[in-house]
Amino acid sequence: MSADLPDSLRGAVEVGSDVSNVTPARLLIGRAGTAYRTSTQLQLRADHAFAKDALNATFSLDESPMKDLADRFDLFEVESEATSREEYLARPDKGRRLADGVAETLRENCPSGVDLQVVIGDGLSPLAVTSQVPSLLGPLLDHAATRGWSLGRPFVVRNCRVGAMNDIGEALDAQNVVLLIGERPGLATAESLSAYLAHRPRTGDTDAQRNLVSNIHSGGVAAEDAVWRILGLVDAFMIQGRSGFTVKEPARPTSLSEVSGR
Amino acid sequence: MKRSVTLRGETFNFADLRELMARANEPKAGDRLAGIAANSERERVAAKMALAEVPLSAFLDEPLLEDDVTGLIVDSLDREEFAKLRSLTVGELRELVLSSNFAAEWQRGVKGALTPEIVAATARIMSARDLISAAAPLRSVTRCRNTMGERGVLGVRVQPNHPTDDIAGVVLSALDGLMFGCGDAVIGVNPAGDAIENVVALEHALHDLIGAVGAPTQSCVLAHFTTQLAALERGAPVDLLFQSIGGTEATNAGFGVTLQGLADGREAVLASHTARDGFIGDNVMYFETGQGTALSVDGHGGVDQLTCEARAYGVARSFDPFLVNSVVGFIGPEYLADATEIIRAGLEDHFMGKLLGLPMGIDICYTNHVEANQDTTDQLLVLLATAGCNFVMGVPGSDDVMLNYQSTSYHDAAGVRELLGARPAPEFLAWLEQTGIFADGRLAEGSANGPESLQAFADSVKELGR
Repeated sequence: MSADLPDSLRGAVEVGSDVSNVTPARLLIGRAGTAYRTSTQLQLRADHAFAKDALNATFSLDESPMKDLADRFDLFEVESEATSREEYLARPDKGRRLADGVAETLRENCPSGVDLQVVIGDGLSPLAVTSQVPSLLGPLLDHAATRGWSLGRPFVVRNCRVGAMNDIGEALDAQNVVLLIGERPGLATAESLSAYLAHRPRTGDTDAQRNLVSNIHSGGVAAEDAVWRILGLVDAFMIQGRSGFTVKEPARPTSLSEVSGR
Repeated sequence: MKRSVTLRGETFNFADLRELMARANEPKAGDRLAGIAANSERERVAAKMALAEVPLSAFLDEPLLEDDVTGLIVDSLDREEFAKLRSLTVGELRELVLSSNFAAEWQRGVKGALTPEIVAATARIMSARDLISAAAPLRSVTRCRNTMGERGVLGVRVQPNHPTDDIAGVVLSALDGLMFGCGDAVIGVNPAGDAIENVVALEHALHDLIGAVGAPTQSCVLAHFTTQLAALERGAPVDLLFQSIGGTEATNAGFGVTLQGLADGREAVLASHTARDGFIGDNVMYFETGQGTALSVDGHGGVDQLTCEARAYGVARSFDPFLVNSVVGFIGPEYLADATEIIRAGLEDHFMGKLLGLPMGIDICYTNHVEANQDTTDQLLVLLATAGCNFVMGVPGSDDVMLNYQSTSYHDAAGVRELLGARPAPEFLAWLEQTGIFADGRLAEGSANGPESLQAFADSVKELGR
């Protein structure tokens, strides 16, 4: 039927009602007058509700799913200068700085000058932390240890922004810092995690000195793949002695099993 | 300048025009973050009272900031027209722009005498209805492949973004928008990847789609302008050249933008159009802005975010743009905290842009970490459509699956057109009637009603092609 249509139109018609094969966008969803159908309207409300709740979710290191992780890696927590969720949203500058005394706490509790310091930040979605970090942290530290890297003691920063990496670098003088932090929740998923990476972060550093593996969630970058990409970037930092936009992510095998098979 | 106002026995002093402007602004999280906002509601209104007494000449005598944007603003001022207005106060200008015959005066030449700072000062002593009523009669008509901005026209940008720039996904999304009568302002994709090959592929895909369906409209791939120009050099069809801009030299530097670079880019795109069919005008630029941008890149120089935004329009104005769009709720709660601040900013931006003569549209939107929701965008959409906004966004189901925020949807745009009797661009409307998307000036019963409508639309396009 559609054989003599222009290419771009024929392709679209052939997709027909299988929209989800080509895009997560809400297409061909019908209408009631010019309004949404009731199912669309309520689905949008539900998705927004999940996003809002993810933003204000909390997690405890004494409760599942973080407890096992806390026990295994001896996790502890510290705070940024932001003292409430409200202040955290209004004052990103405060979320970028560690609270008074935290630098000393870190120096007392963590080894300095390690090859890799992993940090967990709640960011804009604590739900992303509880969803992704339990399956990510173990493999990340295990594989890093296999490489012979010295490892810091991981910890959690509450009300954390990416810029807090600078204060952490100043406090612990780690060669490489990886911050696992919840991303701004979207409608499609509120569980997306980012890994920000920096080589010897210091006060004044910006995103130009950082690298990023984003979109870590069940519908995006799988935890296993994220681990490999993080390790590949840290490898590159160590060889090149720097991080940031001048360091391009190394080409990589498609899975960790492929690596271990070599 | 030293100004003071006494309110019920309490005296408020303002050190200079820059401080007075900041204190007089309506509440904005960004001004609080920058530490320049009014310290109390009393101080805010005292500042408004002092500002209302400031003569327009003061804004030229006492620049808030010295940089190349200020230079551009001063150079482009119509001195002859300004001479007629210079002794007016800001309060008197407010009354002038609200007077019933103002649109004719404005069109005749007053718009050339208004600087961004003057417009930004006036906006902050106006109410929401003032901002709507004053903007509505001011029309800025622009032409590229169709005509935007005539009275009664509400354009819509189709924004068919995709998380991995999958061409089939982008095209299907754009088609869905066309079936709602959207896409007359532009079919504009924000690419997920800024690689040149990627931008080239998207430019061709949108161009081919527009060609296949025969729609009189223009496409745009909203990569960095240097990437679009690199794509143009590789033969990609660039209808509109897009760039995000700010109101200070430092902000633009943060975006990797220079005024000369934009001027050269505009020339290159205009030159490329001479070898292609279908262009009816030489408005080829598409700019995006937003309150808080300057502060976010630490480029505000102590100037409040409303004034920085107006100065971005001053930049835009000198490049004769086809579209200018303030992305009003995207930036986050540290700049616009909630629905109240977003709605206010949307009305201010539209008013300021129109008064400066720009083809002003608004991306009415919110992110999930702001205290706003679907009701916020519904409200601002109705207000701005009433104010004569040139165009709004159409995002499928309001959910941008690449940028992860919510804007106005294809449904919303079609709905507010119907509610207020607004039309698409004239050339586009004629095409909508030909293809059966519209019947008798409104969305046809069978259009945009699920997958079957797509087949019907394809058949109609095929029929027209014969």
